[in-house]
Amino acid sequence: MLEIKDLHAKVGDRDILRGISLDVAPGEVHAIMGPNGSGKSTLAQVLAGNPAYEVTGGSVTYQGIDLLALQPEERAQQGVFLAFQYPIEIPGVSNAYFLRSAFNSIRAARGQEEVDPLEFLDYMEKKLELVDMDVEMLSRSVNMGFSGGEKKRNEILQMAVLEPKIALLDETDSGLDIDALRIVANGVNALKRPDNATIVVTHYQRLLNYIVPDYVHVLAHGKIVKSGDKSLALELEAKGYDWLVEPQGALA
Amino acid sequence: MGGTIETLVNREYQYGFVTDIEAETIPRGLDENTVRLISAKKGEPKWLLDWRLKAFARWNTMQEPHWSNVKYPAIDYQDVIYYSAPKPQKALGSLDEVDPKLREMYGKLGISLSEQKRMNNVAVDVVMDSVSVGTSFKAELSKLGIIFCSFGEAVREHPELVQKYLGSVVPHSDNFFAALNSAVFSDGSFVYVPKGVRCPMELSTYFRINAEGTGQFERTLIIADEGAYVSYLEGCTAPKRDTNQLHAAVVELIALKDATIKYSTVQNWYAGDEKGEGGIYNFVTKRGKCAGENAKISWTQVETGSAITWKYPSVILQGDNSVGEFYSVAVVNNHQQADTGTKMIHIGRNTRSTIVSKGISAGQGNNSYRGQVKVLPKAAHARNYTQCDSMLIGNRCGAHTFPYIEVQNNSATLEHEASTSKIGEDQIFYLTQRGISKENAVSMIVAGFCKDVFKELPMEFALEAQQLLGITLEGSVG
Ligand SMILES: Nc1ncnc2c1ncn2[C@@H]1O[C@H](COP(=O)(O)OP(=O)(O)O)[C@@H](O)[C@H]1O
Ligand SMILES: [Mg+2]
Repeated sequence: MLEIKDLHAKVGDRDILRGISLDVAPGEVHAIMGPNGSGKSTLAQVLAGNPAYEVTGGSVTYQGIDLLALQPEERAQQGVFLAFQYPIEIPGVSNAYFLRSAFNSIRAARGQEEVDPLEFLDYMEKKLELVDMDVEMLSRSVNMGFSGGEKKRNEILQMAVLEPKIALLDETDSGLDIDALRIVANGVNALKRPDNATIVVTHYQRLLNYIVPDYVHVLAHGKIVKSGDKSLALELEAKGYDWLVEPQGALA
Repeated sequence: MGGTIETLVNREYQYGFVTDIEAETIPRGLDENTVRLISAKKGEPKWLLDWRLKAFARWNTMQEPHWSNVKYPAIDYQDVIYYSAPKPQKALGSLDEVDPKLREMYGKLGISLSEQKRMNNVAVDVVMDSVSVGTSFKAELSKLGIIFCSFGEAVREHPELVQKYLGSVVPHSDNFFAALNSAVFSDGSFVYVPKGVRCPMELSTYFRINAEGTGQFERTLIIADEGAYVSYLEGCTAPKRDTNQLHAAVVELIALKDATIKYSTVQNWYAGDEKGEGGIYNFVTKRGKCAGENAKISWTQVETGSAITWKYPSVILQGDNSVGEFYSVAVVNNHQQADTGTKMIHIGRNTRSTIVSKGISAGQGNNSYRGQVKVLPKAAHARNYTQCDSMLIGNRCGAHTFPYIEVQNNSATLEHEASTSKIGEDQIFYLTQRGISKENAVSMIVAGFCKDVFKELPMEFALEAQQLLGITLEGSVG
C-alpha cells in the first residue's frame, strides 16, 4: 500500500534523507530503528507532508496515488497518520474540539455526515478506555500542561479516533514508564487490522516486545543500511549500531 | 519554510454592497451653519443646539491628535458630508413600515428587524448613515420601564434624562474627535434601565454606513439605574469604497450603584482592499462611569474591520468597590492599522479592573495596544490585572504595546503580563496532519488565542466573532 522509492529530502541546506526505499503491504508492521539524528523523524515528517522538509528526489506511492503531491490534510484524509515524537501544544483549543474537528474534517472529505458533539462524546468513551485516559483530558487545551506520557497517550487517542490506514509512530515509546508503554502498545495492537499498516520508529528494542514487527530496518545517515526480521532488533540491542554505521565522513 | 505563511489575500468583504436608496443629504463641509442645520433637521430643543455649538467652537480650537501609532493622509474635514438620512423621513408607526429596500439590506446583513429576533432574544436598533431606522421590541421593553430608542427620539421623549447625562462621561471638549461628534452627531441609540430592573434581552444596535462621502457620527448613551443590569451589543458594517470614510462615534455609559452594564462590540467596518485603498477611519471615544458603589462596567470588543481603528473604551471607577473590565481582540490584516486599548481610572476605594487584550497581526497590518491604569490618591486597595498578548502571522506585520501606569496610592496592587508569539508552522502542520484544512487550522489557533475574550461575549455574538475572525484572516497563510 506504500512504496517509497529512492527518497531524498533536505531541510534548509542539509540533505537528510539520501535514498530511502521501502515497501509496506497491508497488515504489516515495520520498525525503523537507528541512532539519533539518522533521519527517522525526517522520514516520518516527509511522509506526513511537513512543508518544512523539501523532497529533492524519489517517489512515494500510497494506494496507487502520488502521496507527495498531496497537502498534509489530504494525506490525513486518505488515512495517513503521524504520532509526533514531540506533540504540539495548542493553547485555548480544547482537546475535545480539536478531536471532533479532525474527525469531522476527515468524514467530510470522505463524503460522510459530520457528527454532533453529543454523538462524538459517545464515540469517545470507548476510545478513551483504550488508552486509559480520563474524560477530563478532553476539556483541557491540546497537549497543554500534559506530562510527556500524557502527550504520547493523547497521540494514540487521536489515532484511535481517526482510525488511519497507515500509522507512523515516531518514538511513541520514549519517555514512557513500563505501564504507560504497555497501554500505548495495547492501544496500537487493538487498532491493527488486516487492511492497515504501521510503521514504528524507535531506537529502543523495548517497544518491539509489545508491538511485534514483521520487518526491522536500520536507518543511518539517511539510508537504510540493513533490513531483517524481528531478530534484527534483538541483535541491535546486543551489539548497538556501530557495526552497521559507517563514519559519516565516508559518505560525504 | 516562511513562504507558506506569507501570501496574503482577503476573501471578498461580505458586507461591501451599496443599497440604492434615496437619501436626503446636506452639502459637504462644516461650519456653524452646518451644526445649526443638523439640529434644525432633527427638530432639537435649544439647549441641545447650544451644546452642539459650544462643542463646535471648542473643536475649532483643537488639533487632530497624532500621538497614536497610526499613519494616514490628512483628513479634509470640509470634504465630508455631515448628514445623510434615508428618505422618507416620516415617523414609522411600526417596523413593518420600514422601506423594503432597507429591509432587504438588513436581510443581507443577517439581521432582522422583525419578530424573528424574538427567538434570539435580541432587541435591535439600526442606524444607517445618520439616522436610526427602527427599534424592535420597544413595546415589550417599555412594560419594564426600559427605554430603548434612537437618540433623536430620546431627545424628544425623555429630554430630562438626556440633558442630565449627555456629556457627563465624555464632555464635549474631551478630545478632537469627541468634540467633532458632539457638534455634528446625527443619531445613535439611547438606553435607560430603571432601578432594580434586569433587562431580559440583549439590546443591540447595528450601525451601517451606506451613503458615499458621508461621515458617521453616532452617539450612544446608556444609563443603568441603581441595581439595574443590561447587556448591549453593537455591530458595524459599511460598503466597499475606494475612498476612506470617517466614523467618529461617542459612547457614554453610566452605571449607578449596584448596576451592571456589559457592552459588546463586533466591529467589522470595511477595512480597505489588499493594497490598502479605501476603508473606514474608525475614531471612537467610548467611556463608562461606575458612578456608584459596586457598579460594574464591562467592555468586550472584537475589532476585525476598519482601515484605521483608534479607540480606548475606558472605565472611570468612581464608586467604591466598583469593577471595570476590558476584553479585547483586535485583528489587522493587509494594511489595516489599529491603536486600541483602554483606560482604567481608579478613584474609589477597593476598585478593581481587569484588562485582557489579544492583538493579532497578519499581512502588513500594524497593531498597537495602548492602555493606561491610573490609581488616584483615594483609591485605597485598588487592584488591576492586565494581560496583553500579541500574535504575529507572517513577518511583515507589527505588534506594539504601550502600557502607561500611574499610581498615587501605595496600597494598590497591579499585575501586568505580556507576551508576543508567532503563529507556529508546527501548530498548523499538527492540525493539518489531523485532516483539518489550513484555513481552519489558523482560525482554530487564533480562536484559542482569543478564548479568554470570546468567552465574555454573548453566545450568538461569540460564534459570529469567531467566524469573522476566520474571514478576516482567510488567506493569511498560503
Ligand atoms: N527542522 C530541522 N531543522 C534543521 N535540522 C533538522 C531539522 N529536522 C531534523 N534536522 C536534522 O536532521 C537530522 C536528522 O534528524 P531526525 O530526522 O530528527 O533524526 P532522528 O529522528 O533519527 O533522531 C539531524 O541531524 C537533525 O539535526
Ligand atoms: Mg526522531
